[in-house]
Amino acid sequence: MTDLITYVLRGIPFGCVFALVAIGLVLTYKTSGVFNLAFGAQAYVSAAVYYDTHVRHKWPIIPAFVLAVLVFGPLVGLVLDRLIFRFMRTAPHVARLVAALGLLVAIPQLVNLWFGQSPSFGVEGIWPSSQGSNFAVYHFGDYALNGDQVATLIATAVVVIGLTALFRFSDIGLRMRAVVESARMTELSGINAGRVGTIAWMLSSLVAGLAGVLLAPLFAQVSATNFTVLIVAAIAAAAFGGLTSIPLTLLGGILLGVAQGLLGGYLPPASVLAQGLRPSLPFVALFLLLIFWPSLRNRREVTDPLAGVDPPPPGLAALERSRGLTWATRIFALIVLAIAIPFVLSSNYWLLLGTEAVILSTIFLSIVVITGMAGQISLCQATFAAIGAFTTAQLVSNYHVSVMITILAGAAMAAVVGALLAIPVLRLGGIYLALATFAFALMFESVLVPLDWVGGGANPIKVPRPKFAGIDFANNKSFFFLCIAILAVVSVLVIFVRGGTIGRYLDALRGSETAAQAIGVNPTRARIIAFSLSAGIAGLGGGLLATQTGIAQPADYNSFLGLFWVVLVVTLGSRTVEGAVQAGVAFYVVDEILKRIGINQSWQPILFGLGAMTYAKHPEGILEFQKRQSLAFVQRHLDRMKRRGAPAEPAGADEAGAVAPTPAQPSSERVGAD
Amino acid sequence: MTTSTPRSPEAAPLLELRDVEAGYGPFRALFGVSLSIPPGHVVALLGSNGAGKTTVARVCSGLVAPTAGKLLFEGNDVTGVRAYRIARLGVAHAPEGRSVFASLTVEENLLLAFRVDLGRKLAPEAVARAYELFPRLGERRKQHAGTLSGGEQRMLALARVLVNPPRLLIADELSLGLAPIVVEEVYRTLGKVRDEGAALLLIEQHVKHALALADDVAVLNHGQVNYYGPASELGDLSERLLPAASNGSHA
Repeated sequence: MTDLITYVLRGIPFGCVFALVAIGLVLTYKTSGVFNLAFGAQAYVSAAVYYDTHVRHKWPIIPAFVLAVLVFGPLVGLVLDRLIFRFMRTAPHVARLVAALGLLVAIPQLVNLWFGQSPSFGVEGIWPSSQGSNFAVYHFGDYALNGDQVATLIATAVVVIGLTALFRFSDIGLRMRAVVESARMTELSGINAGRVGTIAWMLSSLVAGLAGVLLAPLFAQVSATNFTVLIVAAIAAAAFGGLTSIPLTLLGGILLGVAQGLLGGYLPPASVLAQGLRPSLPFVALFLLLIFWPSLRNRREVTDPLAGVDPPPPGLAALERSRGLTWATRIFALIVLAIAIPFVLSSNYWLLLGTEAVILSTIFLSIVVITGMAGQISLCQATFAAIGAFTTAQLVSNYHVSVMITILAGAAMAAVVGALLAIPVLRLGGIYLALATFAFALMFESVLVPLDWVGGGANPIKVPRPKFAGIDFANNKSFFFLCIAILAVVSVLVIFVRGGTIGRYLDALRGSETAAQAIGVNPTRARIIAFSLSAGIAGLGGGLLATQTGIAQPADYNSFLGLFWVVLVVTLGSRTVEGAVQAGVAFYVVDEILKRIGINQSWQPILFGLGAMTYAKHPEGILEFQKRQSLAFVQRHLDRMKRRGAPAEPAGADEAGAVAPTPAQPSSERVGAD
Repeated sequence: MTTSTPRSPEAAPLLELRDVEAGYGPFRALFGVSLSIPPGHVVALLGSNGAGKTTVARVCSGLVAPTAGKLLFEGNDVTGVRAYRIARLGVAHAPEGRSVFASLTVEENLLLAFRVDLGRKLAPEAVARAYELFPRLGERRKQHAGTLSGGEQRMLALARVLVNPPRLLIADELSLGLAPIVVEEVYRTLGKVRDEGAALLLIEQHVKHALALADDVAVLNHGQVNYYGPASELGDLSERLLPAASNGSHA
């Protein structure tokens, strides 16, 4: 009995922090419609500032707390709202989600530039005590809590009571609730809805900062990973509260913390379950909640009666390309290939990078299918790649099947898993689909990957190169060409699917699900096929990657890397095959450029993460947008020259991509107008 | 009827649209609309579906910014000014459909508005007056506004403008979907709002009701003003301008 209560007590402070982050999450979601996945990252900012000032620079607790929580917390919220999210109030959900994803990728890296990459230990809490907050122990009968735990309990109580009172009784609370329902109608009452939104962002970020400072001593370290994963536990708690109720969210967070404490206490520490299940409990909880929790599945959105005021967002479906651009792309691609292939073949170093870029492009085609074509954000593409890789590795090492066959088997396996996952998950749609896939990715990573029969446990499994048709692909050059051939085959497949029945169904569904259903499109079937196809392509790429590196290394398929992949592809262009290839190449090229000019390589995720903000404006991708601009520019010039009767110049430069947009008519050039 | 015509130079208009063009993204709804509403006047805005009536209302309250042309309030240029600032000048807009906050209670709906208009101190008093005018609302003060009937929701919207009359009330299809007896009541209330000195911009399907109350009539057709003049002179024109909606009956 005493044990039980001890474990429960140990879990509650964790639960409180989960609840704090969750409450902040609910607050921003309700007031701005942004599901802020970067919330854990925001908590990390404050935790890092507090650690740096209090531990490294020996500031007293109060000024360090004021700077980290009361100044930096709201400041981050202010910056995010003013610079990013206020321009996204009318953007579609997917765009806001992509923006939050970008921040999730970029913020921790930005902080690390200053704070340092490695986790920092020797964390001090905010509980004033001469021995240090961790060692101040308070006894309550048989049970004991240390200073950090007490501080967490008090802070949570203050926040919950304060926010509840704010919403019930205060002016700003009432305004926030009005803005949640309709920002436009609130403005008609003479209230500056933008300012109310900013205040809500600052307030929720303050809560995030507080959670960060409280959490660091409980983790006993300050590291970016802990905080980014924290968001999953918080989302689970928020989901428990149906994304609206603060008391239920608090309860959900505490239940989660307690469950984790109990698992930690009762499971034998060395067992597989203890190592896998305990850390992954939030992921499992989130996954199950999203799929089974009725308050999420039957959510009734209060609609904004003035939603019609906003211009319709640029629809994903309405992005037809001009024939000219397609041809220009093909010609350009041939030119690039003619230059790039000899260059890549010139040295082993470039050959390795080139092969990986080609394989990554194949994996990115899976994102083209699920995000570009089906319009859904899936955050477990890296997991499908991992499934492909591990299937390949296990079959090769245990059954000595030919490598080429195992790669295909891996793709098939990923496709099957994808289809099975799609059935419960696709019903959710929108952000819930993204969250459920992310939970699945983390669950897979922490529960299954460590198992011997999946990821190979401590020793990753070796994968040889394939050998068939009389060619030994152990030779890097021939393997490079094999990868290009596979990429070409998959590209053709994707193009055919896009032009075929399924592709058109998906186009119709993206345009309007209701209208598509009215003409007899079965949305579930079309999407399950897309999801499964996408998983299969990712699995194929994963198998290839393992073959290329010679080992099925779990770190290569890290779920956070997977997040970055999505951000990268979506930012550069997720609608076309060439978009996937550009992203695959850019992944290595940007890295290489940064390395050569001596800039910290964490700028790569920062650049692409922040680049994701452009998605709201250019859902076709920035490269695609630039290309259209350049082509339009060149065409205008050609027309002008023709009219003057001057000889036309060859149109070779149209694909330069980075050509400045036309200065003459900056606003007349609209997306989708070409 | 009043003596001044809408275009008479001596009456400085309360709100004026000059050659306003507006739309939603790539869609254009208004093609050069000019309209002026003198203080205390009731202007009925008539036109068929899709003529741009609601867009005119949204331009007047700042919800939609004109892409060309000007919006003037008492002679001051307010083109592109945010909606909440225009609201603070005394323009109240009851949008088409639901115009109350469904997730707030009746009392909170009133408080939200009165706190902005009158300040925190005077707000409770104004709420009490609203309950005096509409006892039904008082009975339902703790109820979420979304659970009120359509008529009660209109009463709630009108209670606000009746207790604290705006300079201009834009009423967009205020009687849509209401029982005839409730429509009568809504119009009586609108008459009271006018008597309090507010100018009215009425957008209405019930042409008869609107014309009974209106001083001036503007007829909108395909995003352009087709006729603008005293309601009393509309007579002969009505057949041609409102082929579907009117049978020539007016006050």
